[in-house]
Amino acid sequence: MATMVTSTKTVTKTGKGGGSKFPGPNGNGKRNGHEFFDPDSRSHRYRIGMWVALASIAMMFTALSSAYIVRAASANDWYPLTMPRILFASTAIIVLSSGSFEVAKRNLKASRVSGYSRWLLITGLLGIAFLGSQLIAWRHLRAQGIYLATNPHSSFFYLLSAAHALHLFGGLIALLYLLVRARKLLLDGAVDNRRKAAADAVGIYWHFMDVLWIYLFLLLFFWR
Amino acid sequence: MGRVLAVIIWLLTLLSVAIFFNKKWWLPPAISDHAPALDRQFMLTIIIVGIAFAAAQIGLGWMVWKYRDSGRADDRGLYTHGSNRLEVIWTVITAVVFISLGVMGQRVWASLRLNDAPAGSYSVEVVAQQFQWNFHYPGKDNVFGRTDPSLIDDSAVNFIGLDESDPNAKDDASVTSLVIPVNRPIELKLRSKDVIHSFWVPPLRFKQDLVPGMEIKVHFTVNKVGKYELACAELCGQNHFKMKSYMLVLPEDQLTALSALPQEQFQAKLQELLNNTPLAPSY
Amino acid sequence: MSEATHEVHRHPAPTGFIRKYIFSIDHKVIGIQYIMLALAAVIVGMLMSLLMRINLSWPGTKISILGTLFPGGAPGGLMNPEFYLSLVTMHGTIMVFFVLTTAPQGGFGNYFLPIQIGAEDMAFPVLNMLSFWVTFVGFIVILSAIFLSGSDATVGPIGGWTGYAPLSALGAIAGPGQGMGMNLWIISIAIFCVGSLLGALNFITTLLNMRTRGMSLMRMPLTCWAWFTTAVLALLSFPVLLGGGILLLLDRTAGTSFFIPGGLYVSGVLSGSNPNFPLHTGGSPILWQHLFWFFGHPEVYIAILPGMGATSHILATFARKPVFGYRAMVFAIFAIGLLGFFVWGHHMFISGMSPYSAIAFSVLTLSIGVPSAVKTFNWIGTLWGARIRFTTPMLFAIGFVSLFVAGGITGLILGQSSLDLAMHDTYIVPAHFHLVMGVASIFGMFAATYFWFPKMFGRFMNERLGQIHFWITFVGVYSIFVPMHVMGLVGMPRRYSSFAEYEFLKELHPLVVFVSVAAIITITTQLLFYFNVFWSMFKGKKAGENPWEATTLEWNTTSPPPHDNFAGVLPTVYRGPYEFAVPGAPKDFLMQADSTAEVTSGNGHNGHKH
Repeated sequence: MATMVTSTKTVTKTGKGGGSKFPGPNGNGKRNGHEFFDPDSRSHRYRIGMWVALASIAMMFTALSSAYIVRAASANDWYPLTMPRILFASTAIIVLSSGSFEVAKRNLKASRVSGYSRWLLITGLLGIAFLGSQLIAWRHLRAQGIYLATNPHSSFFYLLSAAHALHLFGGLIALLYLLVRARKLLLDGAVDNRRKAAADAVGIYWHFMDVLWIYLFLLLFFWR
Repeated sequence: MGRVLAVIIWLLTLLSVAIFFNKKWWLPPAISDHAPALDRQFMLTIIIVGIAFAAAQIGLGWMVWKYRDSGRADDRGLYTHGSNRLEVIWTVITAVVFISLGVMGQRVWASLRLNDAPAGSYSVEVVAQQFQWNFHYPGKDNVFGRTDPSLIDDSAVNFIGLDESDPNAKDDASVTSLVIPVNRPIELKLRSKDVIHSFWVPPLRFKQDLVPGMEIKVHFTVNKVGKYELACAELCGQNHFKMKSYMLVLPEDQLTALSALPQEQFQAKLQELLNNTPLAPSY
Repeated sequence: MSEATHEVHRHPAPTGFIRKYIFSIDHKVIGIQYIMLALAAVIVGMLMSLLMRINLSWPGTKISILGTLFPGGAPGGLMNPEFYLSLVTMHGTIMVFFVLTTAPQGGFGNYFLPIQIGAEDMAFPVLNMLSFWVTFVGFIVILSAIFLSGSDATVGPIGGWTGYAPLSALGAIAGPGQGMGMNLWIISIAIFCVGSLLGALNFITTLLNMRTRGMSLMRMPLTCWAWFTTAVLALLSFPVLLGGGILLLLDRTAGTSFFIPGGLYVSGVLSGSNPNFPLHTGGSPILWQHLFWFFGHPEVYIAILPGMGATSHILATFARKPVFGYRAMVFAIFAIGLLGFFVWGHHMFISGMSPYSAIAFSVLTLSIGVPSAVKTFNWIGTLWGARIRFTTPMLFAIGFVSLFVAGGITGLILGQSSLDLAMHDTYIVPAHFHLVMGVASIFGMFAATYFWFPKMFGRFMNERLGQIHFWITFVGVYSIFVPMHVMGLVGMPRRYSSFAEYEFLKELHPLVVFVSVAAIITITTQLLFYFNVFWSMFKGKKAGENPWEATTLEWNTTSPPPHDNFAGVLPTVYRGPYEFAVPGAPKDFLMQADSTAEVTSGNGHNGHKH
């Protein structure tokens, strides 16, 4: 029932509130004098957003992987493909592209914009080379008469490699965006946190594409 | 307003409970050996559910009845953020009740699904299709003739793809109704030709999907003779609502006599029995 | 004492009709767009359910407009079984996706999450706009199925909203409703998945990154916790549906065999024996069910959690008391979300999957009732010792609690594998899920609408109309769905276009008619709501900044809020979200952002336990 509490303690509340155990990311009133609208917070945003997006992409590939595993176990028509050799090259190319992106990022952090631009371009070209190698692999299979519906393993191969390639293509678009912005940067502008955050976010995505490829490669050809 | 709301909530609660417990519309009389245990578990559950339902609605109504805003500025609600002790108590109690119910609710399931049909079961192969049931009986030799999908020919009335060249198939029968003996374990081998169907006879308290590409074996024992309606319980296309058949439960000796009949006469005699047996009452 | 606000750089509001109302990146406009989409979708869904009820209760009824629009499916106005089943499918799909997954999260969540945490907008406003328009395209695609399935004599695919394979995977050979309509259905859902994922991304990032000063996680309104958890569920479950949908589409169009086993004989044709039915081997129909329900179960929690958040929020506001057990409520939301990922097999007990996994799923399912029960106790606890103001939003919030209990409690029956042997695919299943999803969740939306309407439009909805709407709907939904439970006990199967074939169903006919009459009355009553919404936008009584005397940040700004929510001055938060009836405070509520409050006695701020 309602009671009016008339204890003897007096509490005046002024100024900032106190004592929560979970400070907010922008400071729980503890950052005196800081501009609240903190440009740094925006950079966190890109990174957080990218990890969140990757969680969902990972879930989709997890679903397809579990379908793959179930299908492999469920019937007696599982004839795994022999791996097209060019896929070794694909793997090497994409690993290299992760490396080149890291070099690009390092250039950006050191404000060497032309270096950043150059290594972004190299990464993009490697990405295109990767897609090219995938196309060659598919051609190779088609020449052997192995298509999407030929057998379950081929279905998964085409599906998983195409899904990965599609996402990688998205990554290429992102690289292009960074490249265009980098070109503008050459003309004027400072390397600010926001720019670094965008590059960071694209980098996280790109490395994820790399790791995803390696995982798919192992799943398709080394897990029977 | 609060009073009216409380009364309406309580009235709706009363009517809801009444529609259950007047038992005018209820589970049909059970005919299987596992049904009493299932029905007991159901009663236990529905009583707990009923109590929880009524208690929550009564509590909700009570709060709403009692705690109205008087509009006076000095009349305030109770300032509390809750009680950790209460949270622990009601969480533990709820968890114990719910999880116990859950564990108890596995017993009938385990007895039916975790073991194979006992030796000496009466076996029938069930092959479902859009939109009829096909029941394959092994006949006097008690051996099922070979079937193969490539031999299926609906227009030639070979619905299950029976291989006529197989000697074991000579005495097999494939008909659209299920006939089984009373008081003997029944094993059904469930298959489907096209899409998922589901075998269901309500008084049996048993249901199982028939999945293309799988042969699913189930078993149960019926303890009451009679004729019961069999319905499909998984959407299988436009005529799902009339994919109907019958389950005829006969005394053992009658069934033996029926099974001994040659193929051509089996179907006719079964149809005659079906026509002459009235439907068992469903309530 | 410093002023508890922060000046920020103001972005200019957009000009021009297109940028303001069509392709807006303002989360408030996007939120309203989602709500409008849901309002349109629910009309379609309700009309479909009306047609279904008429067909079941008065078979033989000829509806001439149906005959004109769909001569194949309803010749002479009399609907045929495939038409009925396509109504079942489209009703479910439209309601679950385009109503229950849009309005609660994309609608109210989009509008109020940023404001309640003290942000100017979502983290990625352009992505937000994209998420709505992608969802809208999905809606257009599913509507197109209605009119492009004509040759099938249906209004879309047949398969239920669950679309089980192989029926859904075989294509036109498996019968009417398996042709173009099914392809459009899959594509629409795939598009919807993408839109949802874009939205979920935004919600999570915004909540983690953009809370204003003082807004710690445990000072967030429960609505925010609900939206956050819902977004996480969506993020992790929709991709699985997308994956499954792609596999299904490939089976249908590219001859793969993910879900189609070998040796099928469909409509007189053996698999692989002619071009109409290419050879399939080795696929698993149960795989589809696993993929679908791994998504499908979290989906139903996506549908209900925002309503739970709104109910907690609104109950506290009009009870003039803090939420009872705020921390427990947060944990319960997490528990529901987390456990929701481990129980999908309870839709599949008799599917042919391993009976051992059925046991595991069953026990886990019963345990998910525990956090739901805890929430119910806390709602009732919130009302204990309250000073209840019976406004329309409060009525709907109380109604939510009543209906959630009614619907949720039967989960205890259906979740037990042994009982499911008898109950699966009977009417007790739609009784259960309609009460929780189709009613409790909708009551949450009604409560949210009446509550936040003054903030969104600067005007109140009409209180009298709202009360009438509540009373009739509340009694109406009980009348519709409680009888369905006993229908299920007798054995009425789901998805039957007619009950005339079975003797054991004949005794249920009076109940069937009763349910339909109640449905017709209840559906008609919703016209009051529509009228109220649109009329009040222009003619409703004007509302100020904080008409309900509420505490959270959205009530600290104008009604409607300016483009950047707080006119360039983001608030600072000093206390928890539900500081009502604080002893010694001048008024019976203390706003979160109110720094000048002096409390002369007692203690209390910040969600500390007493």
